[in-house]
Amino acid sequence: MANLLETAGRETLSQLDYVGSLNIQWWATLRGMRAALPLVGNRHRWRAAVHQMLEIGVEALPMVALLAMCSGFILAMQGASELRRFGALHFVIDLVAVGFTRELGPLLTAIAVSGRSGSSFAAEIGTMKVTEEIDALKIMAFEPVEFVLAPKYLAALVAVPCLTIVSALFGIFAGGLFMFFSTHLGLLLYFRYVLTSIELRDVVAGMIKSLAFATIIAHVGCLEGLRVRGGPEAVGRSTTSAVVRSTFLVIVADAMFTTIFYFVGKT
Amino acid sequence: MSIISVRDLVVEYDGRRVLDGLNLDIEPGQITVLLGGSGSGKSTLLRQILGLEHPKSGGISIKGTDITTCSQADLKTIRRSVGVAFQSAALFNSLSLEDNVALPLREHTALAPSVIDLIVWMKLAVVGLADFGKLHPQELSGGMKKRAAVARALAMDPEILVLDEPSAGLDPIVAAELDELIVFLKETFQITALVVTHEMHSAFRIADRIAMLFDGRLLAVGTKDEIRANQNPRVRQFLNRVPANPMHTPALTSYLERYVQSQEAKP
Repeated sequence: MANLLETAGRETLSQLDYVGSLNIQWWATLRGMRAALPLVGNRHRWRAAVHQMLEIGVEALPMVALLAMCSGFILAMQGASELRRFGALHFVIDLVAVGFTRELGPLLTAIAVSGRSGSSFAAEIGTMKVTEEIDALKIMAFEPVEFVLAPKYLAALVAVPCLTIVSALFGIFAGGLFMFFSTHLGLLLYFRYVLTSIELRDVVAGMIKSLAFATIIAHVGCLEGLRVRGGPEAVGRSTTSAVVRSTFLVIVADAMFTTIFYFVGKT
Repeated sequence: MSIISVRDLVVEYDGRRVLDGLNLDIEPGQITVLLGGSGSGKSTLLRQILGLEHPKSGGISIKGTDITTCSQADLKTIRRSVGVAFQSAALFNSLSLEDNVALPLREHTALAPSVIDLIVWMKLAVVGLADFGKLHPQELSGGMKKRAAVARALAMDPEILVLDEPSAGLDPIVAAELDELIVFLKETFQITALVVTHEMHSAFRIADRIAMLFDGRLLAVGTKDEIRANQNPRVRQFLNRVPANPMHTPALTSYLERYVQSQEAKP
């Protein structure tokens, strides 16, 4: 029993330490992010941030679009099979439109970015740790947070919401295709229904979520990289850990945001 | 007056004492070699001198500033006068050799790009890599990487050059070339060099002074001749390459003593 309590206590402390480290890193990166901004910051950091934006955003575009199309199709078909029984097939449009704007767009994008870019951040920074590049930066009087983390975070803050919008558009488009083939509803009419069913607060909720998910993915990936100790096998472990932890935290954050928006929406 | 001064330095990792009350003075314009076997504390001392880790107690002054207590801004200023070539070279793999050398110049100076290009070419020429500037680190041999690391360390014309195991893993000819390069740099630029190594041949070739470490303590400090004449058994063992007897380690002795006591205590 004592052992069990000891293990539980140690695990709790370790998780608290992790969350604390994430918060400290987030704060330090926010402070260093001015250097990565265009015009007011350092042009080398801004260039690095743009490079990251292309990697996180543009290169993930086909994957996210395909993922959203498939999910949109699945959601529309599953919804239709139930709603048809009540003669409410037209509610499939609301289901897909609101579902993708508020929920599936941000979530699917976050999972895709976590797998692609979160792991890449951890591997890149972990390798820099192992090969003493982070130490070399410090010795050359650079701030690793400003040099490595800030461009990545800024890039994630821009790229993930953009990808989320693309994901929602493709998901809703897939719903439109389903409606066209199953009920011969024209795409233009479909999109007019979509616009009437989506409210501004749905879009705002989706964007808030995507910004929060971008923060989680970027910082978990970077922190896992910075915590690498040892050799190449530690880099591999950190990469896996970055994906697992960021996906888990994204889903937890999603649950929290959904709960908040649910109660805020009721009032 | 010494350019680097280490006073009563104590470093512990998880309660294990790695450096035990160490005192060392490094004179300007000289090559000081830190000599010692694996696990003697050489790299730990180096990381302390570079301000990458904090000691448990004691102080380290570089050019009169105590880096264990000074502000981050002061530490950055000090670091700009120190050039470091890491054991693993720690070159940035995403940058070409030219960009690796140019990085501190671009970020810390307001020099025109044409001037930076000229300085980079000169630094690469000093280490014999003027024709390889366009290559990336992964395209270089081990010896070339070490020389490139020296070129980057020299980029900001540092007063102090720190080299961590410069000849480790290199064939004797390349190692000898690096030794000649270090002596050339000292004679040409009047640079203060701190070289960490366990290669005795290299140490006696380049050193003005040698500091010998064993088990976290300084065994001997002096000129090459003073070290050669030193009669400390550990120094003699190291110089004469006498293998340690694995059956006479303190850990094994204490284990055997405990075992004998436990056997005697049995009824």
